[in-house]
Amino acid sequence: MKITVNGEALATDAATLDSLCRELGFADAKIATALNGAFVPKTERATAALADGDAVEILSPRQGG
Amino acid sequence: MTLAQTKTADSLSIYGETVGSRLLLGTSQYPSPDILRRSVEASGSEIVTVSLRRESSGDGKAGQRFFDLLKSFGARVLPNTAGCHTAREAITTAHMAREVFETDWIKLEVIANDDTLQPDVYGLVDAAEKLTRDGFKVLPYCTEDLSVAQRLVGAGCQVLMPWAAPIGSARGLMNPYGLRTLRAFYPDLPLIVDAGLGAPSHAALALEMGYDGVLINTAVAKAADSVAMAVAFAKAVEAGRLAYRSGIMPPRDMASPSSPVAGLALL
Repeated sequence: MKITVNGEALATDAATLDSLCRELGFADAKIATALNGAFVPKTERATAALADGDAVEILSPRQGG
Repeated sequence: MTLAQTKTADSLSIYGETVGSRLLLGTSQYPSPDILRRSVEASGSEIVTVSLRRESSGDGKAGQRFFDLLKSFGARVLPNTAGCHTAREAITTAHMAREVFETDWIKLEVIANDDTLQPDVYGLVDAAEKLTRDGFKVLPYCTEDLSVAQRLVGAGCQVLMPWAAPIGSARGLMNPYGLRTLRAFYPDLPLIVDAGLGAPSHAALALEMGYDGVLINTAVAKAADSVAMAVAFAKAVEAGRLAYRSGIMPPRDMASPSSPVAGLALL
């Protein structure tokens, strides 16, 4: 299926948000996720099913003011 | 009374947490991570602001490196919702920040306009109400408008962070009257001037007016010597606070001799 991750198109077979994060190398990373604009806590990534056309955001700590 | 004694005796309480330094420092735009670290140390700041952004490295290491650097500071982390233009975006970002940074504190920003970066006060109040209900301790970046302040306090905000001037503009206190009015109406609410301060004298003025603290980023990060400027701001904040507590004499229109008038020699 085709989804977007951080604004970029991506083809993936990952069934869940947790699988996608692992596939992208974020398994142990300090990240937060959102699916179609809604926050998905770490504990719910494994049950957050992905569908064609979904928009995923993966954010991490960054400098800020 | 020494300066050290003054600092110890005059701490600030934010959401029940005692803070010794009244200088809050942003972590963005420094020339290097090492200069950021040394600037935070030199400033004595106990609260540093941070953000969340799209992870770009692909393996999560950029975020992890910055997180590890933050932890080494020993300062409390205050995540922001910078760049959010709607209450919905800010609320989602706040929840993401709470999970990543493991804190209920959120510097709430809802931006109305990309050129001025002025707060969208409607979205701000809306987001503050919902986030407070969700258990967040909200520190809203707001204007100095009293009616907005009243709504934010009503929404559960126990601290306000009115701007001095547009973010990064270094223009100083644009509306001292409005800031003074806000201070007068909320004598016991922690009020921190956020955004637009360029020089240590701006910070000193805010503290002299009775503001409880200031949040600085660009003025330190973009200084030719960030570490030295961090010290300059720390000293200005301490001087301003000490002056406020000492009771600043009111200005007068006419001169008043400081040397005794009586006993003048006839020469």
